[in-house]
Amino acid sequence: MRRLAGEAVAGALMTLPAGIAYLLLLLLPTLATVLLAFTDYELGAPALGWIGLDNFREMLADRGFGVSVRNTVVYVGLVTPVSILGGLGLALLVEAGVKGRAFFRAVFFLPVVSLTVAMAAAWQYLLHPTIGPVNAALRAMGVGTPFWLSSSDTVLLSLAAIGVWESIGFNMVLFMAGLTAIPRELYAAAEVDGARGGFDRFRLVTWPLLGPTTLFVLTISMIRSLRVFDTVAVLTQGGPNKASEVLLFTMYQQGFTYLRLGYSAAITLVFLAVVLALMWVQTRVLDKRVHYA
Amino acid sequence: MRARIAVLALLGALVLMPYLWMVAASVKPVSEIFRASLSIWPEQFAAAENYGKVLTRVPVLHYIWNGIVVCGGILLFQLLFAVPAGYALAKLRFPGRGIAFGAVMLGLLVPPHVPALPLYVAASGLGLLDSYTALIAPFTISAFAIFLFRQFFSALPDDLLHAARLDGMGEWSIVWRVVLPNAWPAATAFAIFSVVSHWNDLFWPLIVVQGHEHATPALGVLYFRSEEAGDDFGAMMAAAVLMTLPLVLAFLLAQRRFVEGIATTGLKG
Repeated sequence: MRRLAGEAVAGALMTLPAGIAYLLLLLLPTLATVLLAFTDYELGAPALGWIGLDNFREMLADRGFGVSVRNTVVYVGLVTPVSILGGLGLALLVEAGVKGRAFFRAVFFLPVVSLTVAMAAAWQYLLHPTIGPVNAALRAMGVGTPFWLSSSDTVLLSLAAIGVWESIGFNMVLFMAGLTAIPRELYAAAEVDGARGGFDRFRLVTWPLLGPTTLFVLTISMIRSLRVFDTVAVLTQGGPNKASEVLLFTMYQQGFTYLRLGYSAAITLVFLAVVLALMWVQTRVLDKRVHYA
Repeated sequence: MRARIAVLALLGALVLMPYLWMVAASVKPVSEIFRASLSIWPEQFAAAENYGKVLTRVPVLHYIWNGIVVCGGILLFQLLFAVPAGYALAKLRFPGRGIAFGAVMLGLLVPPHVPALPLYVAASGLGLLDSYTALIAPFTISAFAIFLFRQFFSALPDDLLHAARLDGMGEWSIVWRVVLPNAWPAATAFAIFSVVSHWNDLFWPLIVVQGHEHATPALGVLYFRSEEAGDDFGAMMAAAVLMTLPLVLAFLLAQRRFVEGIATTGLKG
């Protein structure tokens, strides 16, 4: 009996510091953001007023916000499939042999641990319209030289290319973890059942068994690319002419440049809603299908 | 199998391209960069000028020091909060445990951008803007860390804990002297995950820091670019190389741990 009471006290005391920090730094600020979204609060303003859904109405009417949502969708739509298929391809290719495995894994993973802001600067040089090596190479081949980050036609594409470069190694590592979890015997069994060649093995064993991993990588890739901010803040500031304005950058500008905290909080809620929806879809699908293990 | 290496080498070269050109430009004189020649190898070396310019114009080492203080501070508090909480949730029965675990699961769903606005208002109200406290405090509580440690501690054998209790150890010393040493893989994985994300973070430092004194490496690159570099790509690339180097070096020294760490935390988070 004394032991149980002691255990209860110890347990409560051990969760207390984390509980207080959680309350002050996570729960209350998050609830405050939710409340803020329904006010007209501006930093430095003496008072704030409850304005109901006006912030959300403004969002729907604001052409700039519409552009920002569209750009974010395009960016996520470009980065997610390419970085997932690329990551899977790299994982299969690297794991297919022993030679060079550790080396190439390190090479493809390098962008994940590199300072994004610094690498964005490197990409800016690489993609510079006149002095950049990419256009120098295109010129040498006699092909047209786009303005990449400074033209509204190519800016999203360029940012997406950088996004893929950044996340492909991350996805590769997740797929590798999924691949090592597949029991070797299954490949032998498939061979006995007449599976010939690499493609059959992939279609019959690897792909179905990677189901949960793939779904997981899909969700995390979408959420990660939804959070695109650094490259936009460093390279384009949402320009030219709002062509690379994305959700979090709009939220940042409204909140911290124009100090319209209420409106910025409303944008944050939209962002949160999308993230939660993606996670919800993932759990639902995971519960229903793709369950082999 | 020869084909595998060839394809990998080609793709690898493609991924390394930004690094090669970044390092190359960082040792080239401006005039050579502006000629836009396709040769990576410089005709003339200007490493001293470029790196010298960065080191004299901006406090690079100070940025890196700030990065170490901020990442170290965040990690220390994360562990201080999360390790005991994770242990209690995994191994102790106490009232409110269900609610506490529910709160952790809820916390996992919230990206760090969501509480940012009120935290900024609070920091500003408390006069804490542009300080280490403002950079560190919001990240000291990590629902993900608690979750990760709870999962890992659950798998530890109860006999280990019974033995320690029979030896007369209290629950607190069990946490730090028995449980944590047995949870080294989880702790390293989390440490790598935490340091990589906060070393690279731009969003929050950009919000709370003004000026050089508390700037992290990410902000340092940004400042150098807007204040000093202009079109001087050589010096800009030198700055980029210097600020990227610390974490990349750490990665090259312990790359298996990094990859495993990110894979473990990535798959769970």
